Amino acid sequence: MKSAVVQLPGLNRDRDMIAALTRISGQAPVTVWQTETDIPDVDLIVIPGGFSYGDYLRCGAIAARMPVMDAIRRKAEAGVKVLGVCNGFQILVEAGMLPGALMRNVSLKFVCKEIKLEVVNADTDFTRAYETGQIIRCPVAHHDGNYFVESETLKSLEDNNQIVFRYADGTNPNGSLSDIAGVVNRRGNVLGMMPHPENLIEAAHGGNDGRGIFASALEVVAAA
Amino acid sequence: MIKARVTVTLKNGVLDPQGKAIEGALGSLGFEGVNQVRQGKVFDLEVETLDRAKAEEEIKAMCEKLLANTVIENYSISLS
Repeated sequence: MKSAVVQLPGLNRDRDMIAALTRISGQAPVTVWQTETDIPDVDLIVIPGGFSYGDYLRCGAIAARMPVMDAIRRKAEAGVKVLGVCNGFQILVEAGMLPGALMRNVSLKFVCKEIKLEVVNADTDFTRAYETGQIIRCPVAHHDGNYFVESETLKSLEDNNQIVFRYADGTNPNGSLSDIAGVVNRRGNVLGMMPHPENLIEAAHGGNDGRGIFASALEVVAAA
Repeated sequence: MIKARVTVTLKNGVLDPQGKAIEGALGSLGFEGVNQVRQGKVFDLEVETLDRAKAEEEIKAMCEKLLANTVIENYSISLS
């Protein structure tokens, strides 16, 4: 499976993402710069984390209006999988490709630590390697991960099984509504999540709990 | 040229941890009885037209497309 990693000024997790995708899929992803209006033929597009445009205005707000986002939107409409991690998640909500908003952490502090995630829905293109209800470890590193949606949208997210990850065992690091850590669009091919699975994929990371997300999306068998 | 000010505020019911922290700081400075502090943003801008209706319409589009996140924020526009 081929993948692409989007690059924008201020993103800084792109190298980690490229390394993870290369390791798991066996081939390096193509990189796509923010001004590009066409994306090569790939099966998975990843928007990595960082601080695009210095988090000016709102996290992800300016990146979400760059030309490459129209191209990503068209690919998503055609069924290509899109994964946004951390700032990538913020960009996807700002672009209107996922519902809700990501606000300042309730603690007002940047959090950088390991949390626990419950796989709430293992029946998605991104989570097939897991079991529903499985608890996995995952690192987080963000200042604005406090997910918010109004109650009507929350209900529709729940009714349509769009909540893919929740912070588990009291590890919610940001005060997000209903412990939400990751949501998928209605069609199921666009996933946004605050935690960084790309930083927990091999023994050198101290575990590989995050590997299943990429293994699922890239349709490779998860290796131990 | 028309000058405009756009004020962006959080919608009611949206938790504002920054506003809460500011409220706490005001209390610790000895300002008593201060409640419901909410933090917002102000944008001052100039648009190159003399047509006020057109200016307002254009700024409204700017708010909807970029200046405000209407999932969590309201905006108001005042022209000078």
